[in-house]
Amino acid sequence: MAQDKQHQLEIVTKPSFLDGSALQIPMLQILKEDGTVHKGAKAPEIDKDLALKMFDTMQFIRILDERMIAAQRQGRISFYLSSLGEEAASIGSAAALDDGDMIMGQYREQGALAYRGFTVEQFMDQLFSNERDLGKGRQMPVHYGCADLNFMTIASPLATQIPQATGYAYGQKMDKTGNCTICYFGEGAASEGDFHAALNMAAVYKVPAIFFCRNNGYAISTPSQGEQYAGDGIAPRGVAYGMKTIRVDGNDILAVYLATQMARKLAVEENEPVLIEGMSYRMAGHSTSDDPTGYRTRDEEDAWRAKDPLARFQTYLIKKKWLTEKDAEEIFAEKKAAVLAALKKSEKVPAPHIDELINDVYDTPTQQLKEQLEQLKAHIRKYPEAYPKTASRIDGGDK
Amino acid sequence: MANMNLLQAINSALDIAMAKNDKVYSFGEDTGAFGGVFRATSKLTDKYGRDRNFNTPLVEQGILGFANGLASQGSYAVAEIQFGDYIFPAFDQIVNESAKFRYRSGNEFNVGGLTIRTPYGGGIAGGHYHSQSPEAYFAHTPGLKIVMPRNPYMAKGLLLSAIFDPNPVLFMEPKRLYRASTGEVPEEEYTLELGKADIVREGKDLTIVAWGAQVEMAEKAAEKAAEDGIDCEVIDLVSLLPWDIDTVAKSVMKTGRLVVTQEAPLTNGFASEVAATIQDKCFLYLESPIARVCGLDVPYPLCHEKEYFVDHLKVYEAVKASMFY
Repeated sequence: MAQDKQHQLEIVTKPSFLDGSALQIPMLQILKEDGTVHKGAKAPEIDKDLALKMFDTMQFIRILDERMIAAQRQGRISFYLSSLGEEAASIGSAAALDDGDMIMGQYREQGALAYRGFTVEQFMDQLFSNERDLGKGRQMPVHYGCADLNFMTIASPLATQIPQATGYAYGQKMDKTGNCTICYFGEGAASEGDFHAALNMAAVYKVPAIFFCRNNGYAISTPSQGEQYAGDGIAPRGVAYGMKTIRVDGNDILAVYLATQMARKLAVEENEPVLIEGMSYRMAGHSTSDDPTGYRTRDEEDAWRAKDPLARFQTYLIKKKWLTEKDAEEIFAEKKAAVLAALKKSEKVPAPHIDELINDVYDTPTQQLKEQLEQLKAHIRKYPEAYPKTASRIDGGDK
Repeated sequence: MANMNLLQAINSALDIAMAKNDKVYSFGEDTGAFGGVFRATSKLTDKYGRDRNFNTPLVEQGILGFANGLASQGSYAVAEIQFGDYIFPAFDQIVNESAKFRYRSGNEFNVGGLTIRTPYGGGIAGGHYHSQSPEAYFAHTPGLKIVMPRNPYMAKGLLLSAIFDPNPVLFMEPKRLYRASTGEVPEEEYTLELGKADIVREGKDLTIVAWGAQVEMAEKAAEKAAEDGIDCEVIDLVSLLPWDIDTVAKSVMKTGRLVVTQEAPLTNGFASEVAATIQDKCFLYLESPIARVCGLDVPYPLCHEKEYFVDHLKVYEAVKASMFY
């Protein structure tokens, strides 16, 4: 087979090098920064209910992010990652999927999870690592996961989820589920070997996967252009791997929705994996442990603030008469109240029982693990004041 | 029953697993129609099609990433890493992903259907990069199971258990014995329990613990010691994670002496774990220090392989030293 391919090569007799910038990929934009639709552009078919659900989710995520950064500053949670400025990328793409499609995120896709129906209480329970957290309080805040909602649990190592998405989609294809897997990651993660392995394998095996790169300009402090990569971003890599590829304005929720909707069709109907590069900007710091003033200017941030995806979509909806300023304010206030109420409740819920420490390492705890737990519990009983979180209900409790 | 070598036994286990369950997939570098560089996956593409037994691109981290994803979807992913020496690009996917998948999600998701097959070990003139025994790196990782069979019968029964075990299993195959070790193996399906050691020779004077290909050296040393009137008990650990502490401890309480032997380098090898645990459990029963008979702390050599190799003579000498301490 390799031989045949060689024979098809066009022969040239003079050396010439392709320039590294030979492939420059344009960016799909439906909504202009002022919230009006480009002349000649066709907005995707989104009815009022869907549009308002998308807007509603954006509002929720914005207030959730804002309040939880504040909660971290107050010392109520240990850590937080905001998706400020990138809400359209995750929510617009999630809205174009089927609920049965698997979502594998990096850690800045709370919008996609909220769109799927993760409740404000579920968010809070994870953020406070309490006993109601589906993840049993084992991972840092924002490492959400929910099998019922087909949202794979987030893990901190970068890019590991990308080849996993290829494998998951392979299983979907073999089982003829009619579903696909969407995998989110940043432009920094796209430097990892796992990214390259994943896209190559997806193209070779023709799996129903959508690889969604949120190019938000920074990997912590490292700027994308010139320091993360020298070429035309991430999109050309899809072409190099033999994959359908599109670049969209990640702050334009209509462009994101349209591209993902078409990508999903290619994925599930033709088993064509697709790479989408959504151009955006991480308005927030990398995390609550980061301070962007050390590596970028206020002017740069202001320039991007003008492209805000939420304001842009809101203007569009108001022009369409599906929403008024007052509606928007009311939704925001309602979300804020819900976030504050859930926060107060979740922070009072106790940590999981100490017995949970050894569960789920294996399907059932080994003899060694049981012995280690008993030793630990004997120690806690001896020094209960040193372990207040668990000592009070070490015997009995609700386990 | 049929006479099989270790490769044929592996192949038979894969064949049975794939026939039994449509969601069993086998893949790796060159493992497709070609059947793998050792032919462990021979004829599986003919029988089950190239969607179920196939080649992967040459990328170990991708193989394990793909395998984790496929297993998390509910399939049984049997991934081959061509040589244990080349497993390290996949270390992150195994240690940070496979091993923690269930725990970190609170059991929302798991990769219990994952089995990683890889040949390991020396004695084949393979130099640095076709000879290593990297089990200890993985034995330091909660969430994995590690199995190392010593012969064809064990290999088949253990691999069938590993594939359908609800936890990710690293299955390390002693490549020195792929064709060298032959024996009677049932043609039909059977399973052997993971996590259980096997007493391959009973004795009352001294216990030798080994796993994988090294069991052969332990047995030979025991035979030689028997000529001197030393009655050794030989235990094949079979599983390193979790490992059968009780069987070893019980044996050492009976014999009072322990020699642990491994192919891998001495420092921080799994033999050290066995020694530490047994001195804790059996301190008052010990008649002599626990001995570790291991490879030297050097990269696996080529021209001095014979000298480096932990042969039966080195084990035999350790047995005598323990007896006459």
